[in-house]
Amino acid sequence: MAVSDHTASGNLGTGFSAVPHDARPLAIEARGLVKSFDGTRAVDGVDISVPEGAIYGILGPNGAGKTTTLRMLLGIIDPDEGIRRVFGHDRPHDIGRLIGYLPEERGLYPAMKCIEAIAFMGALRGLPLKEGRLRAAELLERHGLGYAANRQIRQLSKGMAQTVQLLGTLVHRPRLVVLDEPFSGLDAINQGKLEVMIRALAEDGVTVIFSTHVIHHAERLCEGVAIIAGGRVPYAGSVEAARDRIPAQVRLETRAREGAWLTALPTETKRNGDFFQFPLPATGIEPLLRQLIEGEAGILSLSIERAGLHDAFVAIAGEAAARQLDADNQGGRA
Amino acid sequence: MSTDVIRPRLTALEATWVIARRDFIAVLFSRAFLFFLIGPLFPVLIGGLAGSIGGQVQRDAVSIEIGLALSAEENAAMITAGNALRPQLHGLVPELHVVKEAMGEQNFDARAFLDQRRGNYAAILTGTLAAPQLVGTEGQIARWSGPIELIAATASGAAPARFPQASSQVVATSAASDRTNRIRTAQAAQMVLFLLTMLLGGMVLSNLAEEKGNKIIEILAAALPMDAVFMGKLFAMLGVSFVGIAVWGTVGWGFWAIAEDAIVTVTQTNFRDLPGPAVGWPLFLALGIAYFTMAYLLLGSLFLTIGAMASSVREVQTMSMPVTMLQLMVFFLSAANIGQTGTPLELTSVVFPLSSPFAMLARAALEETLWTHALALLWQGVAVILLVKGGSLLFRKRVMKSGGAGRVKKPWFGRRAVPLAEPAE
Repeated sequence: MAVSDHTASGNLGTGFSAVPHDARPLAIEARGLVKSFDGTRAVDGVDISVPEGAIYGILGPNGAGKTTTLRMLLGIIDPDEGIRRVFGHDRPHDIGRLIGYLPEERGLYPAMKCIEAIAFMGALRGLPLKEGRLRAAELLERHGLGYAANRQIRQLSKGMAQTVQLLGTLVHRPRLVVLDEPFSGLDAINQGKLEVMIRALAEDGVTVIFSTHVIHHAERLCEGVAIIAGGRVPYAGSVEAARDRIPAQVRLETRAREGAWLTALPTETKRNGDFFQFPLPATGIEPLLRQLIEGEAGILSLSIERAGLHDAFVAIAGEAAARQLDADNQGGRA
Repeated sequence: MSTDVIRPRLTALEATWVIARRDFIAVLFSRAFLFFLIGPLFPVLIGGLAGSIGGQVQRDAVSIEIGLALSAEENAAMITAGNALRPQLHGLVPELHVVKEAMGEQNFDARAFLDQRRGNYAAILTGTLAAPQLVGTEGQIARWSGPIELIAATASGAAPARFPQASSQVVATSAASDRTNRIRTAQAAQMVLFLLTMLLGGMVLSNLAEEKGNKIIEILAAALPMDAVFMGKLFAMLGVSFVGIAVWGTVGWGFWAIAEDAIVTVTQTNFRDLPGPAVGWPLFLALGIAYFTMAYLLLGSLFLTIGAMASSVREVQTMSMPVTMLQLMVFFLSAANIGQTGTPLELTSVVFPLSSPFAMLARAALEETLWTHALALLWQGVAVILLVKGGSLLFRKRVMKSGGAGRVKKPWFGRRAVPLAEPAE
């Protein structure tokens, strides 16, 4: 059974939120999305809810079904089964002007000038060309590419072209921005810039949903996350809740090596010399501390480390998925 | 952020316009468009030049000269008479030249002269005006003896110096021959329509290749309904085609205006003599434009779909040949039934969407009935919409798969972790 922190309500409009006790309306709600290609299920019952103004990540290894899910949410392809709604609309094209989309496979017309490319992408979303050109010039200037406004796309570096495409995604001032693997192919500096841009969008009330196979991007940016593996979503909820699913790890160093206090340690405790490592007991650390002090364990150091999203991912999606995710990241860096 | 200047949702027409405008401008302002424009003019130009040169060579080669070996006075009288008769008899009067070798030679042997293949004479006239003798091969004598006798008679004053002007009265052609003649117009119109669609329709085949190659197709598909993208591309290429036709038409008209006689001579066809179509020229031309539009959109939507399915330029090239065959079959279906209005095969070509424009244009040349054209255009329009809808649906189903989608994921399903219990929230 897939774990999700939204309630199992049949009514999409109520009781179906990624963040508990959140009164914000939903920008995206999807339930039971299924998509098969040539008899193979690429997406198998995906449930996602994204409140307006949130930064939401879809986290999973390559081939997990992230892009297919996003394409269904955007109406590029239709699901075989399930319901999708964007700002309450069943047909995303009906509210296309509210959406900006940056696909995984970047592409622009090579002969177009930067300013025209951005204006054209706005025109696709209903922005008049004249206004599009004005905004394009302003955006290019703001992002340090004003000098390249009249250069053809084919004359730009890859990073610059990616920036131009991203600006084209934003030129019509959408309320929902969908980014498919936005960090792939960017160097560390540009990844940082993109993170800043995503946060700025969210501060302006724009909902940002992006897919990634890089956990730390999701961990740093996202309020909610859907973990996807093998076309299924075993977890969709807040990042905090995902991390809370794994008990914090206690790391203890003692002066005494033996004693009755040892029996107070949890059964899952792993010992490495003078160090002990175990999950934080459900009753908290205080009762254990008391027993250690009374047993004269001689505490030299004690730290409690909260689980990261990676640990949560391993626990939720499984070792195999985590290994592939790590491999994808290695490949991405290479 | 606000969406203040964003217009309400793009209508299908607006979405089509956005795509059509981009494609039209991109094609029109590309360097390749110049080659596209001048491309079809090359064969015409080369054909015209070759025809002109060939005609000149042929004219030079077969120019008929009859040698005159009479007395000096009689030679002069023959030339004067020939010049006098030429306006009335045109090509029947040969060029007359005095044989210089015969001047002052009492014993000039014309037969020996011709046997030695000297000069460029078809035959030589000897003797006197009263008793002329034509020396030459049997064929040349048979051909020229009559005109030479007439010229000699005129030269000796035996014929009237002035010819009376014959009056003429043109008789209208019969109904039966009228229809027969209009079939020529129908055939010519069908051929022009076929050539234009074949020449221009092929461009659509690779039209989505750019978007697929540049990966921009996903942006278009996310922003606009795919059928609007298809329709926009079709209309853009239709617009480009009209620009091409306008340019070629203007060049052709200019060429005709300058060298009408030469064209008629080279092609052996006087286009002014083409019989008027049953619906009249203005309406026929209007219907021609309408049927070209429909033929282009119908074949184009099919080609666009086929081309969109291709995963590489090589595949597009491979598909070009069967596509051309398809065009030919459609053309033959309608061309074979010209003039057989109402027969099952003719009705099939009228109803089958791809051949319908060709068949109906032929009908416009032959039949005066107009309502059938309104019905046919409506049906063809519906067929275009159906083909575009079908093509875009197929495109979305078959092409818009993500990188990982559709792959066998058994290892993934097999290794999927057991989900945790409900979250503690």
